[in-house]
Amino acid sequence: MHRACCSSREQLLRGIFEVSIATDFELIIEPGRAHRRYWRDLWRYRELFYFLSWRDILVRYKQTVLGVSWSVIRPLLTMIVFTIVFGRIAKLPHAGVPYALLVYAGLLPWNFMSTALTEMSASLTSNTNLLTKVYFPRLVIPASALITSFVDLLISFVILLCVMGVYRFMPPWHMVLLPLAAVLAVVATAGCGLLFCALNVKYRDFRYVVPFIVQFGVYISPVGFGSDVIPAKWRLLYSINPAVGVIDAFRWCLLGRPGDLYLPGFLLSTAVSFVLLWYGLMIFRRTEREFADVV
Amino acid sequence: MSVITVENVSKRYLLGKAVDRHATFRDAITYQLASLRHALTRSQSVAAKSKVRDFWALSDVSFAVEPGEVLGIIGRNGAGKSTLLKVLTQITEPTRGRITIRGRIASLLEVGTGFHPELTGRENVFLNGAILGMGKAEIRAKFDEIVAFAEVEEFLDTPVKRYSSGMYVRLAFAVAAHLEPEILVVDEVLAVGDAQFQKKCLGKMGEVATKDGRTVLFVSHNMGAVQTLCSRGIVLSRGAVICDSTVSAAISAYTSAGNGEMGAEFVTTRDPTCPAQILRATLADKHGEPVSEVEMGRHAFLVVEYVVNRDLRGLVVALLLSKDGMPLLYSYDCDLIEARREFRPDGLYSARVQLPTAMFKEGVYNAALLMGYGQDNITDPNASITFSIVNTTRDLTHHSARAERPGVLFQELEWEELRIDSDQSQARLRDEMSPQATASPRPREAPLGT
Repeated sequence: MHRACCSSREQLLRGIFEVSIATDFELIIEPGRAHRRYWRDLWRYRELFYFLSWRDILVRYKQTVLGVSWSVIRPLLTMIVFTIVFGRIAKLPHAGVPYALLVYAGLLPWNFMSTALTEMSASLTSNTNLLTKVYFPRLVIPASALITSFVDLLISFVILLCVMGVYRFMPPWHMVLLPLAAVLAVVATAGCGLLFCALNVKYRDFRYVVPFIVQFGVYISPVGFGSDVIPAKWRLLYSINPAVGVIDAFRWCLLGRPGDLYLPGFLLSTAVSFVLLWYGLMIFRRTEREFADVV
Repeated sequence: MSVITVENVSKRYLLGKAVDRHATFRDAITYQLASLRHALTRSQSVAAKSKVRDFWALSDVSFAVEPGEVLGIIGRNGAGKSTLLKVLTQITEPTRGRITIRGRIASLLEVGTGFHPELTGRENVFLNGAILGMGKAEIRAKFDEIVAFAEVEEFLDTPVKRYSSGMYVRLAFAVAAHLEPEILVVDEVLAVGDAQFQKKCLGKMGEVATKDGRTVLFVSHNMGAVQTLCSRGIVLSRGAVICDSTVSAAISAYTSAGNGEMGAEFVTTRDPTCPAQILRATLADKHGEPVSEVEMGRHAFLVVEYVVNRDLRGLVVALLLSKDGMPLLYSYDCDLIEARREFRPDGLYSARVQLPTAMFKEGVYNAALLMGYGQDNITDPNASITFSIVNTTRDLTHHSARAERPGVLFQELEWEELRIDSDQSQARLRDEMSPQATASPRPREAPLGT
């Protein structure tokens, strides 16, 4: 009954919509065709970003007793170990600020970058069922891995504030620039992550390369030490590492030591990050078409 | 305007060692170094030695789908059905050709895509819905409907890993069933689940097609489901379309293609090593003339020549009549004459059996000849003939035996009907019994039977 009286209105609306739907939703699938719809699809599937990272966080919480507290315990423990090993035993210089804070301010972005990189690389290969059975823009998968790591970053940041409270340390005014530093961190990680992600699908042994790169990275990035200990003549070369720019930016925003911001090095590092982002995105988009066939 | 247009689509997969030569990063690096070395020393390239084979999963497929149509896609395993669906739903790219789709397309290639065993039913509904393309608001709005369809209300908050497989499949299908795309693509998802569940899914899909007027592409091996739901059928074989027609014609093409050559005669050469062997089988009319078609309502005869190579005890010759893979009639030559099974002397035999084709509807039928000797089955799998029952004389537009209507048998049953009462006398009876004043005369309706 209800259907009968509404059907004419429905039909009118449907008639109007059919024209717009037909042109709106016309999709042409051809080999090699640049998917102009891709970015539109990314917007259409925006809720999927949230859902996939929500799933990862929920699952992490459900599988362990520690769960949420893992996001707290890990950076705290690492900070304690670094403080003891490099601060007390090796006695690395840490001009002006408590060593624990120096380390923690470096660990904050580094943990984010290393876990994001590892998770992003593995994201596609651990979601093969989604790749071969459903369509959505594949960028969503590594992107949601990035978001999950970002949530961890936020939790760690709250802990950092508590540690600052313990040391009665007053952060400088430029802490308000921290969101920009966070954006830089995301850019730096995204590029590398997408590149490794695409490579991991094509070459299965790439997953052994990633932990090695991360381990190596800990030593050449200013995590356990401040960038000011690097001799001046090597500083520029050392700044090619995109993590350097990010960690220095975080340190500067949080602790305010002038020695942290070496402008030429910082600009070089940032430039490398952006180039990596562009390159990673390009490789990812190019190999995306074959994912379902190869994975 | 067609809602899906597929033009000359082909999909190639590369097989062979050369493709996988770069499966590992280590290999890729060593290959690069090797080719660099070869380039420098001008020796023969490594690549030339390995062979790459082409496998065309789809070759030159073309068809169009109109809005509101339910298209069945059938074919053997490996014919290219799933590949076609993957190309249509953008999971993989075609190698050649072009597809135009007008409308939102959603696919159901597997139930429970994205379900995580650790999450509860409630959480998985949201997750699965999002993966299939629904927004959070949409899922929330339809949540109760989805749960009611799946009948898992009490178990919503337990992790899905504790569900029975039936519950799992019901919940997964419930989410997918509430998608509202203009085009729905379904791939053999009915292969799982019990009969009641399958009936429910079929019902829901039928509703989606007829009530909502959506276009459905349905891939299945369940010919009954295909027959019921679809209005049109496409048969794929080895990546190519071999039939694009009404659903009955498509089903017949599929089953007869599977049976090898469609022939109304079977002939083979004698092999003296087997105990007994069918040499020849022909379909004939009552005069003995070979035919390949039988008029509906008429009988036909199967004429069989077989040879028995030595005296045998326990030899049985059997006939299996089937349609579209479904067995209809099974008969032994010794059902009525036991002596045949007890002892059969060697020699050449000619048999004639009347096939009760008068009781079957139109369609493509297969009469297979089997032989059993004691406990052994000595059947030649090629000893079968395919023939059609056709209707050239009767107009079946309003008859139950029309090909598309259900059932295999052609039986005109006698219905005895009698008009036991009319509306007028009912009204009179009611008025007499009630104390109220007479109502206005009721409009006369012609009841059944008049």
